[in-house]
Amino acid sequence: MSYGKLLGAGTAVALVIATAGFAGSHAVKSSNATVAARHNQMQMVGYHIGVLGAVAKGEMAYDAAMVEAAAKNLAALATMERATLWAEGTEQGAADLSRAKAEIWQEPDAFAAKFKALEEASLAMVGAADAAAVGAAMGPLGGACKGCHEQFRGPKIE
Amino acid sequence: MRTVLKVLLVCALVGAGLAWILTRPAALDEGYAAGHQPDVDAGKKVFVAAGCASCHAAPEASGEEKLVLAGGYAFASPYGTFYAPNISPSDAGIGGWSLPEFARAVTQGVSPEGQHYYPAFPYTSYIRMRPQDVSDLHAYMRTLPTSDTPSKAHEIGFPYNIRRTLGGWKLLYLRDDDMLADPLSEELERGRYLVEALAHCAECHTPRDALGGLQRARWMAGAPNPSGKGQIPNITPAKLDWSESDLVYYFESGFTPDYDSVGGSMAAVVTNLSKLTEADRIAIARYLKAIPPAE
Repeated sequence: MSYGKLLGAGTAVALVIATAGFAGSHAVKSSNATVAARHNQMQMVGYHIGVLGAVAKGEMAYDAAMVEAAAKNLAALATMERATLWAEGTEQGAADLSRAKAEIWQEPDAFAAKFKALEEASLAMVGAADAAAVGAAMGPLGGACKGCHEQFRGPKIE
Repeated sequence: MRTVLKVLLVCALVGAGLAWILTRPAALDEGYAAGHQPDVDAGKKVFVAAGCASCHAAPEASGEEKLVLAGGYAFASPYGTFYAPNISPSDAGIGGWSLPEFARAVTQGVSPEGQHYYPAFPYTSYIRMRPQDVSDLHAYMRTLPTSDTPSKAHEIGFPYNIRRTLGGWKLLYLRDDDMLADPLSEELERGRYLVEALAHCAECHTPRDALGGLQRARWMAGAPNPSGKGQIPNITPAKLDWSESDLVYYFESGFTPDYDSVGGSMAAVVTNLSKLTEADRIAIARYLKAIPPAE
């Protein structure tokens, strides 16, 4: 084997190792990033429900534009494409901090129906005419959150 | 030598006889709920507060299907897996049970055939139920839809599969005294009745000892989730720092103070609590504020 060939083979091996290493770290980073993105989605859901809840409880004055904006953002969050956010292999136990149950990927139709329920409950909030109407629409919104978290969210592990 | 053997034999027989008597299923008081006219509507409220459908409906049931008490829900535990039985008013369930049979099952954990039930069925809490409430519940449950689904046998290993041993367990742990002592305001009495008797909160929120009995000194101090994953929270004032109105809103809507939502097994509990009166939700919140803090 000439020196040149040896160098070539060595470079190829090094490249393979480097690529594998990169791909490995990329996969780990990617599933952590996916879980983090999902948590951001849920944080936004919680933020907007918090605006509506504050109006319902009388902690914040009723403002038609704010209520409508919160309701529409909730509907938009509920309709975000799930392929990137709910990537396979990111269930609880497989990805750090994830509380997503494996059933999400085993029962995709049932899971999709939960987001549909959130979308519908959010759209029902659009145009709530006063604080009492916001309060009444909070029930179905809470029901949508609860329905999904009952079936598809795993326990909090301290 | 023969005398010694005779004495030992007599001791063994007396011991076995005593054990047999002590583990014998308890009888119901005569004249149970006597003179009470059963009220189906009141029974429905008891049914909701006691959470019967949460465990006895078929596992995938939702909405109105939750009233078909076909059973089948699996409860993992350190002793094996328990399956909720069919308790619909059919031959496969509790159809034809008299009030005394029903009351003995619910409040003493004894079947009409005189067998002990496992305390996965929270008769350890229901023992505190008022006879008129049991009577109303019995009347309401007879109006529910029937199901012919056969009850599934529990998957329990030796020695726990010997039901007679539960008689000994009951001697140790089945007691009807209240945790929050008298005298209490009428509202706190109502909260205590809802929490300690009907909603049976302590069955999950209080830790258990090696034999599965509640550690009453650590009342509501939280416990490992029997499913094996995670922790059921401490809800004594030592850890639960939500305001009374936060608690009431959580019971009604399922939203925590920071607008996370209830999930897991507690979701079904909140579904039930949301159907109670506001006064009942307030009573439960005040009860939780009144119990001793436990770290």
